[in-house]
Amino acid sequence: MLGTRVDTAVETAVEVTGLRFAYPDGLEALCGVDLTLRRGEKVALLGPNGAGKSTLLLHLNGILRGKGRVRIGGVTLRPDNLAQVRAQVGLVFENPDDQLFSPTVLEDVAYGPLYMGLPREEVLQRAARALAQVGMTGFEERSPHRLSLGQKKRIAIATVLSMQPAILALDEPTASLDPRARRELIHLLRELPQTMLVSTHDIPLVRNLLPRTVVMDGGVIVADGETQAILSDAALLAAHGLDVY
Amino acid sequence: MAVRVPFGERYLAGRSAIHTADARVKLPATLAYIFAVTLTPVGHWPALVLLALPLVAALAFSGLSPLVVLRRSALALPFILAAVPLMFTKEGETLFSMPLLGWTASREGLEAVLSILTKSWLSVVAVVILTATTPAAELLRAARTLGLPRLLVATVSFMYRYLFVIGEEALRLMRARDSRSARLPGHKAGGSLGSRARVLGNMVGSLFLRTYERSERVYAAMQARGYDGEPRFLWGRAWRLIDVTLAVALVAYLSGVEVYARY
Repeated sequence: MLGTRVDTAVETAVEVTGLRFAYPDGLEALCGVDLTLRRGEKVALLGPNGAGKSTLLLHLNGILRGKGRVRIGGVTLRPDNLAQVRAQVGLVFENPDDQLFSPTVLEDVAYGPLYMGLPREEVLQRAARALAQVGMTGFEERSPHRLSLGQKKRIAIATVLSMQPAILALDEPTASLDPRARRELIHLLRELPQTMLVSTHDIPLVRNLLPRTVVMDGGVIVADGETQAILSDAALLAAHGLDVY
Repeated sequence: MAVRVPFGERYLAGRSAIHTADARVKLPATLAYIFAVTLTPVGHWPALVLLALPLVAALAFSGLSPLVVLRRSALALPFILAAVPLMFTKEGETLFSMPLLGWTASREGLEAVLSILTKSWLSVVAVVILTATTPAAELLRAARTLGLPRLLVATVSFMYRYLFVIGEEALRLMRARDSRSARLPGHKAGGSLGSRARVLGNMVGSLFLRTYERSERVYAAMQARGYDGEPRFLWGRAWRLIDVTLAVALVAYLSGVEVYARY
């Protein structure tokens, strides 16, 4: 890789300080967010719709640029190092149709490595490895529109795994999946070693997979702690429109 | 909700020699074929029969069902409408005249109409065989290696990818409208033409807005994976001697037919 190398030996994977962001129409989506993720940590991001979860995720690789500081692997995100730091954060969008924009699966999975300027052999190797990791080997020449939602979600994850990121930011990974596809996806997420920040409404997923939980509401973090403790705090959850049942 | 768009994928998977042939050869070969067909003199039927032979061979080798190809080639039918007036406008030996309108059809005119129909039908069949044996992604890659500008190739490939997504969205909108378009006995349902047009207009507008928002999300997804404004593509596969040989043979044959048709 060219330019700034992200130091993976740093124990802090993500450090967000005083992050504020308003959309062009004036809507304040983030009103001062502070969040630190240690390396290898698996963290759930809970909160009602409109709490600012997706907006926060879009800041982790600089798609959105608000006021405040975002540090990835010890490197502060700046316009001039955006492209390098971006490779460290794999952002998986909620709707795989937004993420899979190429005519074939292989071209989509190879997209990230190709833009990193890697030689063809390595691009293909990385794509093959990423597809194997999500159990979708053999789908290389398929068109995304011919795949089921569960398959599309797995390939969407493969498209960022091929970039070999240190951090995965997933937006509603299990939304509208059927039980089997959901189970397979959770199994896949459990196998991945990356630091993870998962925005979700899927409480069983949080309970099974993510030891730490951060609750957002109204553009700020309202709770941050052990998943068990947060999920058993009925008053906190009710106050922020969350349900554990 | 699962919806399947009734249009779209032209490719019919197969393992025939025509299917596996290099798209970088098939695409220009098809263009050369259409070029040759277009250049054939009007009314030279033996030449047109000779030109049909490569199509018959391609069809036989491809294992495609002739019925499917025939059905898809119906795309050429509208040309009839465009060509028919020629029958009456071209001067020549009178065949018959329309009783009331006073139009007279000429033999030369009829010949021109039939030539145009045959030529357009042959060209359409050639394209139908190409698209049925070549995945769209392969065609795009071929267009790219053959020198079509990158940006154009990237635009077409987005169009191809999102045609289905947007088509499904339109279908969902229409289903939502239809499931609320109920009828009570004794009441006139559906509203006036104006109000229906307004509903349709709103649907088109909402589809446009959704598409616009989607384009922003797609662009974010591209940026997240390093897009820098310059479309890049994976390299194509290696050239095979057999593909190139076939293409050269086809071009030689087409040139032969054209020479024969003229002298």
